Amino acid sequence: MSAFKELTKGLYRENPVFRLALGLCPTLAVSTSVENALGMGAAATFVLVGSNVVISLLARVIPAKVRIPSFIVVIASFVTVVELVMGAYLPELAKSLGIFIPLIVVNCIILGRAEAFASKNGLWLSFLDGIGMGLGFTLAILIISAIRELLGDGKLMGYMVFGPNFQPILIMILAPGAFITIGLLMGYFNVLDARKKRKAEAAGGGR
Amino acid sequence: MDLGELLAIIVGAVFVSNFVLARFLGLCPFVGVSKDSDSALGMGMAVIFVMTMASLVTWFVYFYVLVPLDLTYLRTIAFILVIATLVQFVEMVIEKTSPTLHKSLGIYLPLITTNCAVLGVAVVNVDEFMTAGLARNASFIYTVVHGFSAGLGFTLALVLMAAIRERLDLVDVPRSMRGIPITFIVAGLMAIAFLGFSGLKIG
Repeated sequence: MSAFKELTKGLYRENPVFRLALGLCPTLAVSTSVENALGMGAAATFVLVGSNVVISLLARVIPAKVRIPSFIVVIASFVTVVELVMGAYLPELAKSLGIFIPLIVVNCIILGRAEAFASKNGLWLSFLDGIGMGLGFTLAILIISAIRELLGDGKLMGYMVFGPNFQPILIMILAPGAFITIGLLMGYFNVLDARKKRKAEAAGGGR
Repeated sequence: MDLGELLAIIVGAVFVSNFVLARFLGLCPFVGVSKDSDSALGMGMAVIFVMTMASLVTWFVYFYVLVPLDLTYLRTIAFILVIATLVQFVEMVIEKTSPTLHKSLGIYLPLITTNCAVLGVAVVNVDEFMTAGLARNASFIYTVVHGFSAGLGFTLALVLMAAIRERLDLVDVPRSMRGIPITFIVAGLMAIAFLGFSGLKIG
């Protein structure tokens, strides 16, 4: 059961973007379309799983003093793999993600999971943690990008949704739209949390 | 190389494609260290310094190590290692030579290693100046100037944000929007204002 928990905690309870406010730069930058979001999510998940696995295996060998630089080298190696593979097989996606592929190195989610989880846990749990956190990150960008693409371009995955008379809200595709979308979403999750807490309290009081 | 071009790079990096508000780089410190304007200014100064130094050093690494050895595809690993070492080194030098400066900048320096704006400026430099077929001298000067002005743009956004958030403390914000959510809304409004610069053309 606990293994299942490690897998699902990243989706909502400890969602890296909405809950922990980590990895914000790529989240906002590449969420202009659902396609970019999927590409970025897949790339980050691959790096996260790879680095979690390798670091959980190496954790006992690496001296504590140089652990952060060592983690960064491991992460950077996986990022270089992604960079080269994406450049070779998906050149268009690589072009639209631009500098945010090399910047996966400094995505705080990945270093954060390496430091807080993979260096203290075994291979299997670290693997699940990597997948769960990666999916949580992907889910977060997907939500933001779906909202932005729908309102700013009237499309979803490149297909027209609203028909030809729809006036797109251009600002949603531009930089300000990203900030406003994530601000409102985080606020909404806070509202949900407060409601849940109130319910729990009411239930507790009734007993 | 001419002055008009340089001016265009400066204005471009500070206003038109501001690193925080248009390129989405360095958002973590932008949200985390913008609670009061003193620490925002300290962080900004540290970032300007490190970005300029990082641009300078990565230029040398790129042209004197990676290009001769034909290893340009390893630039991400090389740059992040160089930047991490550089930040550590700068911290040690400042600690030894100027304790007062270290007191005001010291706590921000370790944070800068994982600031994506610093690695970002190095990568942007490679794409825009180093592989664009410019003469070496020109690409060197452009790179350093771009690093400095990108840091300046970051500082501008950070200090403005801190000033707004200080006033926001006195405002009755809905409870669920307090903290990070309202900061993002403010950033969105600032980004709209900065969009106004996008028509600016120099050179």
